[in-house]
Amino acid sequence: MRQADVSTTVESDTVTYALRLGDDALVLAQRTAEWIADAPQLEEDVALGNIALDLLGQARSLLTYAGQLEGAGRDEDALAYHRDERDFLNAQLTELPRGDFGFTVARMLIFSCYQHVLYDALQTSVDATLAAIAAKAVKEVRYHQDHAAHWAVRLGDGTPESHHRLQAGLDELWPYVHELFESDALTERLVEAGVAADPVPAEEPVLAEVRRVLAEATLALPEASVHHSGGRRGIHTEHMGRLLAEMQYLARSHPGASW
Amino acid sequence: MTEQSALELQAAGGHGAVPTTGVPSEQAPAAAARTEEPLWEVFIRARRGLSHVHVGSLHAPDAEMAVRNARDLYTRRQEGVSIWVVEATALTASSPDEKDAFFDPAADKIYRHPTFYTVPDGVEHL
Repeated sequence: MRQADVSTTVESDTVTYALRLGDDALVLAQRTAEWIADAPQLEEDVALGNIALDLLGQARSLLTYAGQLEGAGRDEDALAYHRDERDFLNAQLTELPRGDFGFTVARMLIFSCYQHVLYDALQTSVDATLAAIAAKAVKEVRYHQDHAAHWAVRLGDGTPESHHRLQAGLDELWPYVHELFESDALTERLVEAGVAADPVPAEEPVLAEVRRVLAEATLALPEASVHHSGGRRGIHTEHMGRLLAEMQYLARSHPGASW
Repeated sequence: MTEQSALELQAAGGHGAVPTTGVPSEQAPAAAARTEEPLWEVFIRARRGLSHVHVGSLHAPDAEMAVRNARDLYTRRQEGVSIWVVEATALTASSPDEKDAFFDPAADKIYRHPTFYTVPDGVEHL
């Protein structure tokens, strides 16, 4: 293969990789934002809003970068609002409905631990843009992790109701967790090229941290069960369609509009 | 929904997202929770400041969450780099009724006021 072919593959692979990370952040931002003006406390309303904004910021950087690399004239808005369901590459964990506060805390705990390990590794990517995005994001997700862990301990080790709800949230999330640590040929190529963070070895430290928090919260991770997958290939749950309908409706009704 | 009492609707997420059967539950969790969470006063020190300044108050179940809530509510616009939270019950304040006896006598003791020297030219930051 000529040198030009090799670098083109890395570049087009990186587009997909950036979209995967960006879509994770975008979809979870959308779900977290569903708590705004609906949270159990005023302070938590602002906290969840801040967390959603952090995730949205990560999504904007990653989608913008993907669009630039792709070179087809798609910016962050085109990618966020005008792609169809099969073109979104987020992990299915992120698109599950908002749920109750226990579910939200459980998902935030697992996903922020995952993002922390991911961005930490990505800071040393040979891709300067991804490394820069990761360096900024790792501080944000460290706070998300802290926030989720504190709530998990207080709810898990709280009243019987809060304990039940948080445990129910974990049980519902568990079949979707393994997808975060799956790899494929594209990811392996990018790991080899020093661009991507390898998701497979991330599973151990992420779950170890999650288990540590859950132990303090008197909760338990469910045993192995069905593992859902497919988000990285554009296969989504029935919830994704509704999420996109809500998220994309305005932009698609008025294409090309600006503030 | 029309048959349910007002008390049930007070449960968090009472718009149907929360299962109302099969979950062990105490009475009106939202109402009970707010009355149990103490009030905290928040003090923030700005990046170039020397002292913590009172900026407001919030509710939180304990001190650690209070610091985090203060970070979310009072440092969003880069207002500060250090947070103190104090439970409101730990503060003792002067009473408005005592205002006259506390503060008026100092007004006419001008020999205590630092206003009788001229600052020499060229002296800054005094």
